[in-house]
Amino acid sequence: MSVPAAPVADAVATAPVTARRRSGRWVSRLGIGGWVALAVVTVVLLVAALGPLVLSTDPDEVNLSYGYVGPIPGHPLGFDGEGRDLLARLIHGARTALIGPAIVVAVSTVLGTAIALAAAWVGGVFDTVVARVTDAMFAFPGLLLALLAVSLFSPGVTVAAVALSISYTPYTARIVRSAALKERSLPYVAALGVQGFTGGRIVLRHILPNILITVVAVATLSFGYALIDLAALSFTGLGVQPPQSDWGVMVAEGVNGIIAGYPQESLFAGGLIVITVGAVNFLGDRIEATSEVPG
Amino acid sequence: MNALRFVVGRLVGLVVTLLIVSFLVYGALFLAPGSPIAYLTRGRTTSAEDVAAIQAQYHLDKPFLQQYWLWLEGALHGDLGRSIIYRQDVTTLLGERAVNTCYLVVAAAFVILVVGLPLGVLAGLRPGWLDRGILLGATGAMAVPAFVAAVALVSVFAVQLKWFPVFGQGQGPGARIYHLVLPAVALALSFGAYVARLTRAAVRAELTSEHVQTAESRGIPRAALIRRHVLRNASIPIVTVSGLTVGGLIAGAVVVEQAFQLNGLGSYLIAAVGQKDFPIVQAITLIFVSAFVVINTAVDLTYVRLDPRLRLGANR
Repeated sequence: MSVPAAPVADAVATAPVTARRRSGRWVSRLGIGGWVALAVVTVVLLVAALGPLVLSTDPDEVNLSYGYVGPIPGHPLGFDGEGRDLLARLIHGARTALIGPAIVVAVSTVLGTAIALAAAWVGGVFDTVVARVTDAMFAFPGLLLALLAVSLFSPGVTVAAVALSISYTPYTARIVRSAALKERSLPYVAALGVQGFTGGRIVLRHILPNILITVVAVATLSFGYALIDLAALSFTGLGVQPPQSDWGVMVAEGVNGIIAGYPQESLFAGGLIVITVGAVNFLGDRIEATSEVPG
Repeated sequence: MNALRFVVGRLVGLVVTLLIVSFLVYGALFLAPGSPIAYLTRGRTTSAEDVAAIQAQYHLDKPFLQQYWLWLEGALHGDLGRSIIYRQDVTTLLGERAVNTCYLVVAAAFVILVVGLPLGVLAGLRPGWLDRGILLGATGAMAVPAFVAAVALVSVFAVQLKWFPVFGQGQGPGARIYHLVLPAVALALSFGAYVARLTRAAVRAELTSEHVQTAESRGIPRAALIRRHVLRNASIPIVTVSGLTVGGLIAGAVVVEQAFQLNGLGSYLIAAVGQKDFPIVQAITLIFVSAFVVINTAVDLTYVRLDPRLRLGANR
C-alpha cells in the first residue's frame, strides 16, 4: 500500500455511539458524487465481465500493416504498434486489471476482519501481539513484498496477488480492530453477554453487522490501491505477462509509441486506470464519510 | 523524563522492527520452491566452486538461526553478499545507484514540500472556491499512479513540447537536476496530493477548534494566530504523514526509475528480480525497508520538538 488511509482510522475514532442505526441506510447518503462514482465503477465492472463476450474482435490478432493506424470503421480506437485492435485490448485488459485487485480485496478483507474481530474480542496478549505485528508490517510496502514474492516464485498476477493480500491484511485488520473495540465497549454488548449469548454469536451477529460499513469502506479503498500496485507491477513486466492484454502492460507497451508520436495506447490504458481508481477512491471516501454521520 | 522515555521507546521499537523485517527478508529464501541452493543457482550451470561459494555466503551448512545471524552481522558491516550474475560484491554494485535513488526521492520530497504543502495550507485557510478547487484537484491527482503520470509527462513535456529529455539522467550537476524534473514530478504527484489533502484537513480542524476561537476573541492578530496557533498544532499530523509519505516515495521510486530508465536501486531491483539475482533482491529490499523504518523513527523523534507535552511531562 503506497498511501496509508489514515482518515479511515480517524473516522473510526470519531464514529458516533449511535452506530447501531447507521447500517442499512448508508446507500442513500452517498450524495450525487458518490452515485456517479458508483455508476462509473459499475460500468467498468460490467464492461470487464461482459465486454469480452460481446466483442468479436480478437485482442491478440497481430497485423503489422496496421501498426499505429488511427480509428477506422470497425476499429473505433485504432491500433497499437503491432496492429492489434486497441478497443479490444482495453476491454480484455480490464478483466486482467480488475481480477487481481478483486482477489486481493477478498482475501485481505476476510482475513483482516477475522483477525481484527478475534483480537478485539479476545483482547489481552493476543490483541497486543496482533497490534505489534500489524504495525511492523506497515514497514513493508505492498509493491516491495510483491517483488520479493515474484523473485522467489515466478512473474505473474497470482503470486503478486497473494503477496499483496498478505501485505494488505494488517492494514484492514488495524482499522477494523479499532472499530470493533469501540463497538465492544458499548452497553448492548455487555447486555448480550449477561443474557448468556456466546462470544462467537455476539461478534458475528451483532458486532460485525454494526461495523460492516467500516469494512466496506476499507475494502473499497483497498481495491484502488491494489489496482495501482498490480498495474505498476505489470508495467515493470513482472505482473501480467505480454502478449496478454492488461492496462498496466499496455501503458508499458505504449511507451515506444509515445516516442514515435503515437501516445494513444499508453494514454488510453493509463486513463482507464486513473478513472477507475479515482471512482473507487471517491466511492470509498463517501462510504467512509457516511459512517461518520449519525443515522 | 517523559521525552527520554519516548525517545528510548521509539529506538527500541526501531530495532525490533528492523529485526523482524530483516528476518523476513532473509527467511524468504527458504520459502522458495526447492532447496535454497537450487533456487539461488536456478537455471544456470554452476561449478562446484561456485556452489561452495554461495553456500559459504549464506552459511547454508549451519543451523537456520545461526545462518540468519551471520548474514545479519555481515549486512551490518556493509557486506551484503555477492551478486550471482555479476560475481561482484553487492555493496559495490549498489553504491552509485543508491545515490541516484536518493537524488530522486529528495527531489520528489522537495516538490511535495514546495507545492503540495502550501496548497494544502492555502485550501485549509481559505474556504470557498479556491478550497474546493484544490480539494478536487488533489482528489483527482491521488488517483494517478506514478507510472501513468510518468508516461503522460513524457508524452506531453518531452515528446510533444521537447522541454525535457525523455530518458536518462545526464552528466554534471545542472543536467542532472534538469533530467530529474519529470521523474520527480511524476513521483511526487499522488503523494503530494495526499499531503495537500491531509494538510488542508489538519489546518481546517485547528481553525475551527475552541482554542483558536478563544485566541481570536482575545484579539490576537490573524497572522500570529495562524502561525502560532493553527499551523503549529496542525504540524503534528502533517509530520506524521510526511514520514509515511517518504516511505511511499521509496517504493514509488522503483516504478518511476523503471519508467524513466534511471540507473537507481529501484530499476536495478526490477532487473534483479527478472534475472533471479537473489542477493541483489534481498539487499535492495532490506535497504528500502530499513530506510523507511529509520526515516519514520526520525520523524517520530521530531515530536519531542513539536509537542511540548513530551518535553515538559505535562500529560497528567
